[in-house]
Amino acid sequence: MTRKGEYTAGELLAILSARQLKDGQVVFAGVGIPLLAATLAQRLQCPGLTILFEGGVIGAFIEPGKLPPSTNDQRCTTRANMVLGSAEVLLLLQRGYVDVGFMGGAQIDQYGNLNSSYIGDPKKPKTRLPGTGGGNDISSLTNMIVAMKHEKRRFVEHVDFITSPGWIKGKQTRSEAGLLAGGMYRVVTDLAVFGFDETTRRMTPLALNPGVTREQVQENTGFKLEFSHDTGVTEPPTEHELSTLRMLDPERLYIG
Amino acid sequence: MSLVQPYLKLRKDLAQRDRSLREKVVSLEEAVSFVRDGDSVGIGGSTMSRTPMGLIWALIRAKRKELSCSRCIISSDGDLLYGSCASDHIVTSWFSQGILWGVSKVMRHFVETGKARYDEWSHLAMGMRFRAGAMGVPFIPIRSMLGSGVVGQRPEAKEIDCPYTGEKLLLVPALNPDVALIHVQRCDAYGNAQIDGLQFMDIDLAMAANKVILTTERIVSNDQIRRAPDQTKIPFFAVDAVVELPFGCAPHECYGVYEPMMRHMEFYVGLVNKDPVAGMKEYLDKYVYGPKSWTGFLELIGMEEVLEASRAGVSIYDA
Repeated sequence: MTRKGEYTAGELLAILSARQLKDGQVVFAGVGIPLLAATLAQRLQCPGLTILFEGGVIGAFIEPGKLPPSTNDQRCTTRANMVLGSAEVLLLLQRGYVDVGFMGGAQIDQYGNLNSSYIGDPKKPKTRLPGTGGGNDISSLTNMIVAMKHEKRRFVEHVDFITSPGWIKGKQTRSEAGLLAGGMYRVVTDLAVFGFDETTRRMTPLALNPGVTREQVQENTGFKLEFSHDTGVTEPPTEHELSTLRMLDPERLYIG
Repeated sequence: MSLVQPYLKLRKDLAQRDRSLREKVVSLEEAVSFVRDGDSVGIGGSTMSRTPMGLIWALIRAKRKELSCSRCIISSDGDLLYGSCASDHIVTSWFSQGILWGVSKVMRHFVETGKARYDEWSHLAMGMRFRAGAMGVPFIPIRSMLGSGVVGQRPEAKEIDCPYTGEKLLLVPALNPDVALIHVQRCDAYGNAQIDGLQFMDIDLAMAANKVILTTERIVSNDQIRRAPDQTKIPFFAVDAVVELPFGCAPHECYGVYEPMMRHMEFYVGLVNKDPVAGMKEYLDKYVYGPKSWTGFLELIGMEEVLEASRAGVSIYDA
């Protein structure tokens, strides 16, 4: 059993999100914490996890200490089962081969919509961000897990711009927009783990991270959270999880 | 020019290209004469991988301007195109140097001040735009981008009700660039190109474009190509010029040959993100306009770093 202070926020994020994956799943992972967490899951409870990257990789098996700087680099292909075109791997999402999409996020709202395009009014942006990449495709076409830092400016009532759609405006609005499959499933942060209400599609806390209070989570969130009596507490990272993670990212590229 | 080219124009332009089996080897300087000011230019590779950096570098030196550039994901090559004023319009799904460095200050400077346009599409949409171009059809339906802000900014994409199922679909228009720039591991003098590892969208891009310029790590004999024709990914008749350019992606990577030159990338990003105007000018003066040749540019990166990247670029066949 470890205690707070013995691991970084990045390590906690990677470990908690790795736990969301199940053996046998096909997961489409973005760069950074998602890539690292999927690789960690593969070394722990999910030896049969199939990892896809948008650069065109099926069944990646990333080597410790050789984390790729993007999901389009040759390091992504080490010991993979197949390399293919980027459009071909993205089409696997559309066809339905992928169980889980797994991404980071810059800004998220109560319905799990993600913004990685603009801060401020898109017509006259304060900041132009890099954009969607495969994010829009992944979130449009499969069930999503998002791993991100929990800060008030990142957890807002309405995103400035929907780059990657979650449940859009809640209820049926996602399917009404034409997005018939998938949707936001889990949000993992350094403070808590969230799901989405089956009817309203609003973000709901499922469990608090060790040592974190409800007030603390609410203070760092730009919209009202509904805690219930069954909001639980996550298990702290184990020594084994931490040591495996640190073995994978010895340069602390993504775990900070 | 209309967004989607009329079919007969596409056919006529293609019919006028010399598709015979002929040698096309030219110098880097000659190759960029195939690109005219105002052309739409498709760029091969993705992010920091198989970027045709030598061609982009030469286009900037040749003072090309008003290029409209498209790439599935664009990295520091996009910075250089904006920063040198070679391009004022980039069509892509993601634009920054790389996730390790946050947001490109060069992209921010040019887009936020309205000096240049960045048209954002989803990654799949970029792929289907090149594919429609390669297929000779005006559009392809996709199921992403719907309901997002991204589609709200792209009136070029058309939402329709499927005539078979009634489901909502998004039509993305064909993208047929005037010229495609692609770097490969090997090709012959005719342009039969073999791509190892990640091919990204390069095959569709090559078949969609109205001209293709290849740079290659090595020109090999046609006999070698014929020994493994299954490895040929772009046929010679789609190619208009071939340049042998070792380390032609530097400081980015070329699959199985070298990894990105990360110290140079760190240095570059530090310089331009500190000051996207003065830093960019300093970089262009020293690294783009300064050297006599591409080899001179590699010398500035330094033998140690080039060799280190080369040692790290392990082929899946050698590992």
